[in-house]
Amino acid sequence: MSEHRRSLLHGVMGEFETPEDLLDASKKARDAGYKHIDAYTPFPIEGLAKAIGFRWTAVPLITLLGGVAGGLTGFGLQYWCSAITYPMNIGGRSLNSWPAFIPVTFELTVLGASIFSVVGMIALNKLPQPYHPVFNVERFVRASTDRFFLVIEARDPKFNLAETSRFMQEIHATHVIEVRDEE
Amino acid sequence: MSITETPVNSPEIRRLEPVLEPGHTYASVTDKIAAVVLTRPLGIGWLAGFTITFSAVMMLFVAVSWLIIKGVGIWGINIPIGWGFAIVNFVWWIGIGHAGTLISAILFLLNQKWRTSINRFAEAMTLFAVACAGLFPLIHTGRPWMAYFMMPYPSTMGIWPQFRSPLIWDVFAVSTYGTVSLLFWFIGLIPDLATLRDRARHRYQQFIFGMLAMGWRNSARHWHRYQSTYLLLAGLATPLVLSVHTVVSFDFAVAIVPGWHTTIFPPYFVAGAIYSGFAMVLTIAIPLRKAYGLEDFITMRHLDNMAKVMLATGLIVAYGYFIEFFMAFYSGNKFDVFLANQRLHGPYSHFYYALLLCNILTPQLLWIEKVRRNVPLLFCLSLVINTGMWLERFVIVIISLTRDFMPSAWGRYSATLWDYATLAGTLGLFSMLLFLFVRGLPAIAIAEMRELVHETHAKEHK
Repeated sequence: MSEHRRSLLHGVMGEFETPEDLLDASKKARDAGYKHIDAYTPFPIEGLAKAIGFRWTAVPLITLLGGVAGGLTGFGLQYWCSAITYPMNIGGRSLNSWPAFIPVTFELTVLGASIFSVVGMIALNKLPQPYHPVFNVERFVRASTDRFFLVIEARDPKFNLAETSRFMQEIHATHVIEVRDEE
Repeated sequence: MSITETPVNSPEIRRLEPVLEPGHTYASVTDKIAAVVLTRPLGIGWLAGFTITFSAVMMLFVAVSWLIIKGVGIWGINIPIGWGFAIVNFVWWIGIGHAGTLISAILFLLNQKWRTSINRFAEAMTLFAVACAGLFPLIHTGRPWMAYFMMPYPSTMGIWPQFRSPLIWDVFAVSTYGTVSLLFWFIGLIPDLATLRDRARHRYQQFIFGMLAMGWRNSARHWHRYQSTYLLLAGLATPLVLSVHTVVSFDFAVAIVPGWHTTIFPPYFVAGAIYSGFAMVLTIAIPLRKAYGLEDFITMRHLDNMAKVMLATGLIVAYGYFIEFFMAFYSGNKFDVFLANQRLHGPYSHFYYALLLCNILTPQLLWIEKVRRNVPLLFCLSLVINTGMWLERFVIVIISLTRDFMPSAWGRYSATLWDYATLAGTLGLFSMLLFLFVRGLPAIAIAEMRELVHETHAKEHK
């Protein structure tokens, strides 16, 4: 962190050595009444999202919508091509020979669901986002190796730099670091 | 990314070798895998391998350019054998691709821990195999610049694709498969790209991996959505992978040509695809773990399990061959009976016997535990099975097309030098992409390995 620049406080970061410590600390932070908290871990940890108060994600719903859209597009396209705009009499079979349309309908259902799911996940995560204040913390590179971080954000109504830092120490953070947002 | 907890302390599991050698920490797995990409100098082996495979790709360019200049007449195909090597190679490559998705999706849903260290490069292998596969139908059209005719688009001629044709289903199945495999592979890579970004020492590495990681910062909220998508994609990819080779088999089974028009084709094609795919995963995994010292991550347990999967799918394939024969005689259809006899006694019978040797007889060695644990022998067996699966597609395509209903329409097929050059060229392309992949991206999923370390530790402390 460069001192000469004007900087805004993003929050207070606590570092933990094990996922269990972090999980425990997250629960304590929630219990203490903090709302705007986030955790950073080198791999997904079961129950952590719940512990920081994040329960519901729209990803499954978006995936379902993508699948339905893909399936309807697939069948609609084939029906429109084969029965309406380019009808061909092949051996007197019905123009809407729907069993023959199943494979393409299926493939487009899967394609639609997959694309929506991935794009939806990335968009909900607000990625791509090359800059984020947490990257200003030097120790934070270890979030992708072997350290577990908890951040209580400054926008939390209960946030107070001195008090929150002390709280971090109370919940056994091995390091307590101020996270600054450089302008 | 576990869905449910496995009974880790059950005696059956304890007896098995670990999926990760003991003593590893979060940092050690990360260091070891990331070092292959970030710090390790290019060895003489890599450079030699890359040079050879790159030369093969140049040969592929020559072969395809000459094909585009002269037309498909430079190949050995002629009526009645319109398909030849192009379709044999297409089916072979697309089959190889199946193991990647099977490992990443189906084994994920089944909560098989041993998939973790092999899924990444198996997925990469899938992508490269699909790329090689897709090339063949494209150049087989003769006028590849017209390939967009297969897509439904509003043309001034007012014509639309024939959606009742399996060949159009194939276009949709293979392109969907390629896209979904790419998405699955890419989202699996995002956390690892972020890891590489954080560990990179050079500016250009930080820039490239930083851009690719899109600013992933390992937030618990992000992980939660990420896991949701990963699970859903696995669920979507599972029926997809089964559908792709089913649709490929429809290319044959929907036609009334003797030897093709059978209902056993879809399941037996899918089993064959997994069979050849696992053989290819072994062909890649064995040299890879040796060259980069990854024996701790790709352990004997992995090799043993893959050998068992090959044995099981090989038996399904053997059952398919048997049913083909049985149904030919049971149906009493004289064309089918004749074709079955042609496989055993016709001009291409040596291919059929070689196929039985490679695909059914030799793999029975895998019943023996000592064989499954003999790494060089396992490598040789994987090559034998790859060859056998190529021969299977050759037998299906060539024997049926040279011997259909009327003797006046019979023919012979022999591949030309250009056919072989194209096949060898795609082998080169596939291998070259793999050479680039192992040095450019983490060949083992790092974040998932850290998770595995966590689970292993959790087990020990219980």
